[in-house]
Amino acid sequence: MTSSNPKRHFLRGVRDALPFILVIVPFAALFGVVATEAGLNVVEVMSFSVLVIAGAAQFTAVQLMTENAPTIIVILTALAVNLRMAMYSASLTPYLGKAPMWKRALVAYFMVDQAYALSQIKFEMERDLTVSERFAYYIGTVAPLAPLWYGASYVGAVAGAQVPPSLALDFALPITFLAMIAPALRTLAHVAAATTSVVLALLMAWMPYGSGLLVAAIGAMIVGAQVELLMTRKAGQ
Amino acid sequence: MITDHITVWIVIVALAIGSFLIRFSFLGIVGDRPMPEWLLRHLRYTPVAVLPGLVAPLVLWPAATGGVTDPARLGAALMTLSVGYFSRNVLAAILSGAATLYGLLYLLG
Repeated sequence: MTSSNPKRHFLRGVRDALPFILVIVPFAALFGVVATEAGLNVVEVMSFSVLVIAGAAQFTAVQLMTENAPTIIVILTALAVNLRMAMYSASLTPYLGKAPMWKRALVAYFMVDQAYALSQIKFEMERDLTVSERFAYYIGTVAPLAPLWYGASYVGAVAGAQVPPSLALDFALPITFLAMIAPALRTLAHVAAATTSVVLALLMAWMPYGSGLLVAAIGAMIVGAQVELLMTRKAGQ
Repeated sequence: MITDHITVWIVIVALAIGSFLIRFSFLGIVGDRPMPEWLLRHLRYTPVAVLPGLVAPLVLWPAATGGVTDPARLGAALMTLSVGYFSRNVLAAILSGAATLYGLLYLLG
Protein backbone atom coordinates (compact mmCIF):
# COMPACT_ATOMS: atom_id res chain seq x y z
CA MET A 1 0.00 0.00 0.00
CA THR A 2 1.50 3.29 -1.04
CA SER A 3 0.34 6.44 0.70
CA SER A 4 0.14 9.71 -1.17
CA ASN A 5 3.61 11.19 -1.02
CA PRO A 6 4.24 14.01 -3.52
CA LYS A 7 7.63 14.91 -1.99
CA ARG A 8 9.03 11.44 -2.61
CA HIS A 9 7.87 11.59 -6.22
CA PHE A 10 9.34 15.05 -6.66
CA LEU A 11 12.73 13.70 -5.57
CA ARG A 12 12.36 10.68 -7.89
CA GLY A 13 11.73 13.11 -10.74
CA VAL A 14 14.84 15.11 -9.85
CA ARG A 15 16.94 11.94 -9.77
CA ASP A 16 15.59 10.61 -13.08
CA ALA A 17 16.33 13.92 -14.82
CA LEU A 18 19.95 14.24 -13.67
CA PRO A 19 21.55 12.51 -16.72
CA PHE A 20 19.87 15.03 -19.04
CA ILE A 21 21.96 17.82 -17.49
CA LEU A 22 24.72 16.57 -19.80
CA VAL A 23 22.57 17.44 -22.83
CA ILE A 24 20.80 20.54 -21.53
CA VAL A 25 23.86 22.52 -20.40
CA PRO A 26 25.91 22.37 -23.64
CA PHE A 27 22.76 22.89 -25.75
CA ALA A 28 21.74 26.02 -23.80
CA ALA A 29 25.29 27.40 -23.75
CA LEU A 30 25.46 26.83 -27.48
CA PHE A 31 22.24 28.78 -27.97
CA GLY A 32 23.73 31.66 -26.00
CA VAL A 33 26.87 31.59 -28.15
CA VAL A 34 25.11 31.20 -31.52
CA ALA A 35 22.49 33.86 -30.73
CA THR A 36 25.12 36.32 -29.54
CA GLU A 37 27.21 35.67 -32.65
CA ALA A 38 24.07 36.34 -34.69
CA GLY A 39 23.74 39.78 -33.10
CA LEU A 40 21.36 39.32 -30.17
CA ASN A 41 22.15 41.00 -26.85
CA VAL A 42 22.12 39.25 -23.47
CA VAL A 43 18.60 40.42 -22.56
CA GLU A 44 17.25 39.06 -25.84
CA VAL A 45 19.06 35.74 -25.41
CA MET A 46 17.70 35.36 -21.87
CA SER A 47 14.18 36.34 -22.93
CA PHE A 48 14.30 33.60 -25.55
CA SER A 49 15.49 30.98 -23.07
CA VAL A 50 13.11 31.98 -20.26
CA LEU A 51 9.96 32.89 -22.22
CA VAL A 52 10.16 30.44 -25.13
CA ILE A 53 12.11 27.67 -23.30
CA ALA A 54 12.35 25.43 -26.40
CA GLY A 55 15.86 24.88 -27.75
CA ALA A 56 15.10 23.63 -31.25
CA ALA A 57 12.58 26.42 -31.90
CA GLN A 58 14.96 29.06 -30.52
CA PHE A 59 17.79 27.88 -32.79
CA THR A 60 15.43 27.77 -35.76
CA ALA A 61 14.22 31.32 -35.14
CA VAL A 62 17.74 32.71 -34.80
CA GLN A 63 18.93 30.83 -37.89
CA LEU A 64 16.05 32.17 -40.01
CA MET A 65 16.50 35.71 -38.70
CA THR A 66 20.17 35.65 -39.75
CA GLU A 67 18.91 34.65 -43.22
CA ASN A 68 16.64 37.73 -43.15
CA ALA A 69 13.49 35.68 -43.50
CA PRO A 70 10.24 37.66 -43.07
CA THR A 71 9.07 37.77 -39.46
CA ILE A 72 5.93 35.75 -40.12
CA ILE A 73 7.98 32.93 -41.69
CA VAL A 74 10.38 32.96 -38.72
CA ILE A 75 7.47 32.66 -36.29
CA LEU A 76 5.53 30.01 -38.24
CA THR A 77 8.57 27.81 -38.85
CA ALA A 78 9.76 27.99 -35.24
CA LEU A 79 6.25 27.19 -34.02
CA ALA A 80 6.12 24.27 -36.47
CA VAL A 81 9.25 22.91 -34.76
CA ASN A 82 7.30 23.11 -31.48
CA LEU A 83 4.17 21.42 -32.83
CA ARG A 84 5.34 18.11 -31.42
CA MET A 85 4.52 19.57 -28.01
CA ALA A 86 0.84 19.54 -28.94
CA MET A 87 1.25 15.79 -29.10
CA TYR A 88 3.00 15.77 -25.72
CA SER A 89 0.19 17.90 -24.30
CA ALA A 90 -2.38 15.49 -25.68
CA SER A 91 -0.67 12.42 -24.30
CA LEU A 92 -0.23 13.95 -20.81
CA THR A 93 -3.87 15.03 -20.67
CA PRO A 94 -5.27 11.68 -19.46
CA TYR A 95 -2.84 11.80 -16.51
CA LEU A 96 -2.86 15.48 -15.58
CA GLY A 97 -6.07 16.79 -17.16
CA LYS A 98 -7.82 16.77 -13.78
CA ALA A 99 -5.19 18.93 -12.05
CA PRO A 100 -6.13 22.54 -11.16
CA MET A 101 -5.74 25.10 -13.92
CA TRP A 102 -2.61 26.73 -12.44
CA LYS A 103 -0.87 23.36 -12.23
CA ARG A 104 -1.76 22.56 -15.84
CA ALA A 105 -0.41 25.98 -16.86
CA LEU A 106 2.88 25.22 -15.07
CA VAL A 107 3.08 21.80 -16.75
CA ALA A 108 2.55 23.56 -20.10
CA TYR A 109 5.23 26.19 -19.49
CA PHE A 110 7.84 23.57 -18.50
CA MET A 111 6.94 21.11 -21.26
CA VAL A 112 10.32 20.06 -22.67
CA ASP A 113 11.24 16.81 -24.41
CA GLN A 114 13.03 15.32 -21.41
CA ALA A 115 10.31 16.09 -18.83
CA TYR A 116 7.67 14.75 -21.18
CA ALA A 117 9.53 11.55 -22.01
CA LEU A 118 10.33 10.72 -18.37
CA SER A 119 6.84 11.54 -17.09
CA GLN A 120 4.97 9.74 -19.86
CA ILE A 121 6.89 6.51 -19.11
CA LYS A 122 6.49 6.90 -15.35
CA PHE A 123 2.73 7.56 -15.54
CA GLU A 124 2.21 4.63 -17.87
CA MET A 125 4.15 2.21 -15.64
CA GLU A 126 2.70 3.37 -12.31
CA ARG A 127 -0.95 3.75 -13.02
CA ASP A 128 -2.05 4.14 -9.39
CA LEU A 129 -0.30 7.49 -8.87
CA THR A 130 -2.55 10.33 -7.75
CA VAL A 131 -2.78 13.48 -9.83
CA SER A 132 -0.74 15.45 -7.27
CA GLU A 133 1.96 12.74 -7.20
CA ARG A 134 2.17 12.89 -10.99
CA PHE A 135 2.44 16.68 -10.87
CA ALA A 136 5.16 16.42 -8.20
CA TYR A 137 7.14 13.97 -10.32
CA TYR A 138 6.82 16.14 -13.43
CA ILE A 139 7.97 19.27 -11.60
CA GLY A 140 10.80 17.19 -10.12
CA THR A 141 12.08 16.38 -13.62
CA VAL A 142 12.22 20.06 -14.62
CA ALA A 143 13.60 21.28 -11.27
CA PRO A 144 17.25 20.55 -12.18
CA LEU A 145 16.83 21.19 -15.93
CA ALA A 146 15.08 24.57 -16.22
CA PRO A 147 17.45 26.62 -13.98
CA LEU A 148 20.46 25.11 -15.77
CA TRP A 149 18.84 25.90 -19.12
CA TYR A 150 18.57 29.57 -18.13
CA GLY A 151 22.01 29.69 -16.50
CA ALA A 152 23.91 28.01 -19.33
CA SER A 153 22.20 30.28 -21.90
CA TYR A 154 23.51 33.23 -19.93
CA VAL A 155 27.05 31.84 -19.75
CA GLY A 156 26.98 31.16 -23.51
CA ALA A 157 25.68 34.65 -24.26
CA VAL A 158 28.39 36.30 -22.17
CA ALA A 159 31.17 34.07 -23.54
CA GLY A 160 29.80 34.14 -27.09
CA ALA A 161 31.60 37.18 -28.42
CA GLN A 162 35.00 35.66 -27.60
CA VAL A 163 34.58 32.46 -29.60
CA PRO A 164 36.98 32.41 -32.61
CA PRO A 165 35.63 31.43 -36.10
CA SER A 166 38.12 28.53 -36.29
CA LEU A 167 35.88 26.71 -33.81
CA ALA A 168 33.37 26.32 -36.71
CA LEU A 169 30.46 26.99 -34.38
CA ASP A 170 28.21 27.48 -37.41
CA PHE A 171 28.09 23.71 -37.50
CA ALA A 172 27.08 23.17 -33.88
CA LEU A 173 23.42 23.60 -34.80
CA PRO A 174 23.37 20.98 -37.61
CA ILE A 175 25.24 18.50 -35.39
CA THR A 176 22.90 19.04 -32.45
CA PHE A 177 19.78 18.66 -34.59
CA LEU A 178 21.09 15.58 -36.38
CA ALA A 179 21.92 14.05 -33.01
CA MET A 180 18.33 14.67 -31.89
CA ILE A 181 16.77 13.34 -35.10
CA ALA A 182 18.83 10.16 -35.55
CA PRO A 183 17.54 8.30 -32.48
CA ALA A 184 13.99 9.34 -33.45
CA LEU A 185 14.22 7.38 -36.73
CA ARG A 186 12.57 4.39 -35.11
CA THR A 187 10.25 3.19 -37.86
CA LEU A 188 10.03 3.15 -41.65
CA ALA A 189 7.47 5.97 -41.38
CA HIS A 190 9.91 8.18 -39.46
CA VAL A 191 12.68 7.48 -41.98
CA ALA A 192 10.29 8.22 -44.88
CA ALA A 193 9.20 11.50 -43.27
CA ALA A 194 12.79 12.58 -42.61
CA THR A 195 13.88 11.68 -46.16
CA THR A 196 10.93 13.56 -47.65
CA SER A 197 11.79 16.57 -45.50
CA VAL A 198 15.41 16.60 -46.75
CA VAL A 199 14.53 16.10 -50.44
CA LEU A 200 11.72 18.67 -50.46
CA ALA A 201 13.74 21.24 -48.48
CA LEU A 202 16.61 20.96 -50.98
CA LEU A 203 14.26 21.08 -53.98
CA MET A 204 12.35 24.03 -52.51
CA ALA A 205 15.48 25.92 -51.46
CA TRP A 206 14.75 28.43 -54.25
CA MET A 207 11.55 29.51 -52.50
CA PRO A 208 11.97 32.84 -50.74
CA TYR A 209 13.03 33.13 -47.10
CA GLY A 210 12.77 29.61 -45.81
CA SER A 211 9.15 29.20 -46.88
CA GLY A 212 10.29 26.05 -48.70
CA LEU A 213 10.91 24.48 -45.29
CA LEU A 214 7.24 24.84 -44.37
CA VAL A 215 6.25 23.10 -47.62
CA ALA A 216 8.81 20.37 -46.93
CA ALA A 217 7.59 19.89 -43.34
CA ILE A 218 3.93 19.57 -44.31
CA GLY A 219 4.81 17.17 -47.12
CA ALA A 220 6.95 15.09 -44.77
CA MET A 221 4.22 14.88 -42.11
CA ILE A 222 1.76 13.62 -44.71
CA VAL A 223 4.25 11.04 -45.99
CA GLY A 224 5.00 9.88 -42.43
CA ALA A 225 1.30 9.50 -41.62
CA GLN A 226 0.58 7.67 -44.91
CA VAL A 227 3.49 5.25 -44.52
CA GLU A 228 2.34 4.53 -40.98
CA LEU A 229 -1.15 3.72 -42.27
CA LEU A 230 0.32 1.45 -44.97
CA MET A 231 2.51 -0.40 -42.46
CA THR A 232 -0.39 -0.86 -40.04
CA ARG A 233 -2.56 -2.27 -42.83
CA LYS A 234 0.22 -4.62 -43.91
CA ALA A 235 0.75 -5.80 -40.34
CA GLY A 236 -2.99 -6.41 -40.02
CA GLN A 237 -3.15 -8.73 -43.02
CA MET B 1 24.02 39.41 -38.57
CA ILE B 2 20.73 40.42 -36.97
CA THR B 3 20.45 44.18 -36.56
CA ASP B 4 16.71 44.78 -36.37
CA HIS B 5 15.96 44.43 -32.67
CA ILE B 6 12.27 45.29 -32.97
CA THR B 7 11.86 42.17 -35.11
CA VAL B 8 13.74 40.12 -32.52
CA TRP B 9 11.28 41.21 -29.83
CA ILE B 10 8.27 40.53 -32.05
CA VAL B 11 9.62 37.02 -32.65
CA ILE B 12 10.34 36.44 -28.94
CA VAL B 13 6.87 37.55 -27.81
CA ALA B 14 5.08 35.65 -30.60
CA LEU B 15 7.06 32.47 -29.89
CA ALA B 16 6.56 32.79 -26.14
CA ILE B 17 2.78 33.04 -26.54
CA GLY B 18 2.57 30.55 -29.40
CA SER B 19 4.76 27.94 -27.69
CA PHE B 20 2.77 28.21 -24.48
CA LEU B 21 -0.53 27.82 -26.31
CA ILE B 22 0.77 24.75 -28.18
CA ARG B 23 1.92 23.19 -24.90
CA PHE B 24 -1.25 24.17 -23.04
CA SER B 25 -3.60 23.23 -25.89
CA PHE B 26 -4.86 19.80 -24.99
CA LEU B 27 -4.08 19.92 -21.27
CA GLY B 28 -5.89 23.20 -20.88
CA ILE B 29 -8.75 23.02 -23.31
CA VAL B 30 -9.41 19.46 -24.40
CA GLY B 31 -9.26 18.08 -20.86
CA ASP B 32 -10.21 14.41 -20.92
CA ARG B 33 -11.79 14.23 -24.37
CA PRO B 34 -10.00 12.01 -26.94
CA MET B 35 -8.36 13.50 -30.04
CA PRO B 36 -8.93 12.44 -33.64
CA GLU B 37 -6.50 9.72 -34.63
CA TRP B 38 -5.61 11.35 -37.98
CA LEU B 39 -4.39 14.46 -36.18
CA LEU B 40 -2.21 12.51 -33.76
CA ARG B 41 -0.84 10.50 -36.69
CA HIS B 42 0.42 13.69 -38.34
CA LEU B 43 1.66 15.32 -35.13
CA ARG B 44 3.80 12.25 -34.43
CA TYR B 45 6.05 13.17 -37.35
CA THR B 46 6.58 16.87 -36.71
CA PRO B 47 10.15 16.65 -35.33
CA VAL B 48 11.39 14.37 -38.13
CA ALA B 49 9.46 16.43 -40.69
CA VAL B 50 10.89 19.83 -39.72
CA LEU B 51 14.44 19.37 -38.41
CA PRO B 52 15.97 17.32 -41.29
CA GLY B 53 14.74 19.87 -43.83
CA LEU B 54 16.17 22.69 -41.74
CA VAL B 55 19.55 20.99 -41.46
CA ALA B 56 19.97 19.64 -45.01
CA PRO B 57 20.92 22.93 -46.74
CA LEU B 58 23.20 23.87 -43.81
CA VAL B 59 25.03 20.56 -44.27
CA LEU B 60 25.31 20.67 -48.07
CA TRP B 61 25.76 24.40 -48.60
CA PRO B 62 27.27 25.88 -45.40
CA ALA B 63 27.33 29.67 -45.26
CA ALA B 64 30.73 29.55 -43.53
CA THR B 65 32.31 28.20 -46.75
CA GLY B 66 30.32 30.51 -49.01
CA GLY B 67 27.83 27.77 -49.89
CA VAL B 68 30.45 25.34 -51.21
CA THR B 69 30.05 21.76 -49.97
CA ASP B 70 32.69 21.14 -47.32
CA PRO B 71 34.02 17.58 -46.79
CA ALA B 72 34.68 18.22 -43.08
CA ARG B 73 31.13 19.40 -42.39
CA LEU B 74 29.58 16.69 -44.56
CA GLY B 75 31.66 14.01 -42.85
CA ALA B 76 30.73 15.32 -39.39
CA ALA B 77 27.04 15.31 -40.32
CA LEU B 78 27.16 11.70 -41.56
CA MET B 79 29.07 10.61 -38.45
CA THR B 80 26.55 12.31 -36.12
CA LEU B 81 23.65 10.69 -37.95
CA SER B 82 25.15 7.18 -37.90
CA VAL B 83 26.25 7.27 -34.26
CA GLY B 84 22.89 8.73 -33.23
CA TYR B 85 20.99 6.13 -35.23
CA PHE B 86 22.87 3.10 -33.97
CA SER B 87 23.58 4.17 -30.38
CA ARG B 88 20.27 6.05 -29.81
CA ASN B 89 22.41 8.29 -27.61
CA VAL B 90 22.16 12.04 -28.29
CA LEU B 91 25.28 12.96 -26.35
CA ALA B 92 27.43 10.28 -28.02
CA ALA B 93 26.22 11.50 -31.42
CA ILE B 94 27.05 15.15 -30.67
CA LEU B 95 30.51 14.30 -29.32
CA SER B 96 31.46 12.04 -32.24
CA GLY B 97 30.15 14.62 -34.71
CA ALA B 98 32.22 17.37 -33.11
CA ALA B 99 35.32 15.13 -32.99
CA THR B 100 34.89 14.29 -36.70
CA LEU B 101 34.44 17.96 -37.60
CA TYR B 102 37.57 19.12 -35.80
CA GLY B 103 39.56 16.08 -36.94
CA LEU B 104 38.69 16.64 -40.60
CA LEU B 105 39.13 20.42 -40.39
CA TYR B 106 42.60 19.80 -38.95
CA LEU B 107 43.55 17.10 -41.48
CA LEU B 108 42.15 18.91 -44.53
CA GLY B 109 43.19 22.25 -43.01
